[in-house]
Amino acid sequence: MPTPLPVRQPAIEGWFTQDGGAPRLLGSRCTACGTIFFPKETFACRNPECGSDTLDEIPLSRHGTLWSFTDNRYPPPPPFVASDPFEPYAIAAVELAAEKMVVLGQVAKGVTTEQLAVGMEMELIIEALFEDESGIHEIWKWRPA
Amino acid sequence: MSHEVAVLGAGMHPWGKWGRNFVEYGVHAARAALAEAGLAWTDVQFLAGGDTMRNGYPGYVAGASIAQALGWSGAQVASTYGACATGAQAIDVARARILAGLCDVALVVGADTTPKGFFAPTGGVRQQDPDWLRFRLLGATNPVYFGLYARRRMALYGATPADFAKVKVKNARHGLGNPNARYRKAVREDDVAASPVVSDPLRLLDICATSDGGAAVVLTSLAFARRHTTQPVRLAGVSAVTPRYPNTVIEMPNFATDSAVGVSLPDVPFRDSIARGAYEQAGLGPEDLDLAEVYDLSTALELDWYENIGLCKPGGAEQMLRDGATTLGGRIPVNASGGLASFGEAVPAQAIAQVCELTWQLRGRAEARQVEGARVGLAVNQGLFGHGSSLLLRT
Repeated sequence: MPTPLPVRQPAIEGWFTQDGGAPRLLGSRCTACGTIFFPKETFACRNPECGSDTLDEIPLSRHGTLWSFTDNRYPPPPPFVASDPFEPYAIAAVELAAEKMVVLGQVAKGVTTEQLAVGMEMELIIEALFEDESGIHEIWKWRPA
Repeated sequence: MSHEVAVLGAGMHPWGKWGRNFVEYGVHAARAALAEAGLAWTDVQFLAGGDTMRNGYPGYVAGASIAQALGWSGAQVASTYGACATGAQAIDVARARILAGLCDVALVVGADTTPKGFFAPTGGVRQQDPDWLRFRLLGATNPVYFGLYARRRMALYGATPADFAKVKVKNARHGLGNPNARYRKAVREDDVAASPVVSDPLRLLDICATSDGGAAVVLTSLAFARRHTTQPVRLAGVSAVTPRYPNTVIEMPNFATDSAVGVSLPDVPFRDSIARGAYEQAGLGPEDLDLAEVYDLSTALELDWYENIGLCKPGGAEQMLRDGATTLGGRIPVNASGGLASFGEAVPAQAIAQVCELTWQLRGRAEARQVEGARVGLAVNQGLFGHGSSLLLRT
């Protein structure tokens, strides 16, 4: 009997989607002033001049420019689930032009800081964050476009 | 009306990794501050405690924990928390009570006992807590955010790892003669370069450690101070500000900045607004400063602060550093105490420790690290979750 494939599930519900093909982060937009939040703000707009409590879910841009980047050479403490042995990984801060905001994310596995430069174009992907007995937990990541 | 109060006494427990109860450090610092003020604990009418998140319930009621250890005296109490800006909030509350005429003598104390290694969120599964989630989903430790700021500085202004190392070398030299510093060892640029990378481009010696420590100040009305000293130091500005929306620089523990869609940017970005609040209260500006204590969580971040507090224009910090302007003996010494580079951070004590250093400098009691003729000093600091902290002292 073949071994069943591990179940793939989001590491957090409702922050990103792959429905309809391309992965997208899910933010929210205030219907009154138009400002945007990630992660989703659900109960009230945080623009102090606004005060609306009606926000719509919207997918964020899949592409942006690299605002800055760094990496983790040592395993972060729990609740991060670190691989053993630990493999360093990069972290990116990506500026989304349409949303006028910067969003963090891990960088795709295997991409090191030597391959990154501030200002380069990045795109969103979905990749494994960690695997445990319940399956593969997935998260959004950035990679050079 | 004047918003000034006096700093009549300052005291610290040396920073280190002592592993004892935080209350012990707080009591030690409080007694030292009271001794310097020439007052007894029973003279204190109001105690403001800076809370610690890593020491259980006693840490959440730090004011009472320290009051009990000093001996219940019936003093009024408040305990506050604002991450690294905790001390500024506690000082602000004490100042307000004095200025309101509700008391003449207030004691402000902050102390911490820290675990080994990275700061981590408290336990449990908390999917609504961005501090828990940033570790869970990104592994975004504090040095990750410091690394992002450092790399941004390199891209914008051409800063180099050698510049960052120069900050460490300077602060380590300043801290050599400070009896309260944890690290009192000269560091060379190649020591920094030989230390392991933690979060590119920052190396171990670019990043501040976590420490145990305690700091306290005795604040009084100016009238009370005049009766007790001929050498009053005045607290002329306290800024414990939050950002204005939209805050467009990524901050711990967030996943994203605010969006600038549909809103106009504030006139002054958050980090620039922190010291500005203290300057405005004091009626002074960066040109009036004789020294500054800035929050060097990383070497690179110290350079950002030069610009945020108005010592130079954006992009000018590296030149100031290379010219020696911020070294003891220079035009405007920064972190004469040795800074976090020599201390490591003991969160709720840190803003109070900055005031201790400025008080001693303005009284001419800073010994080997004395800034000659110091009359005006500024401290600046920032805590995660949107806490600004700036304090301005003058003779």
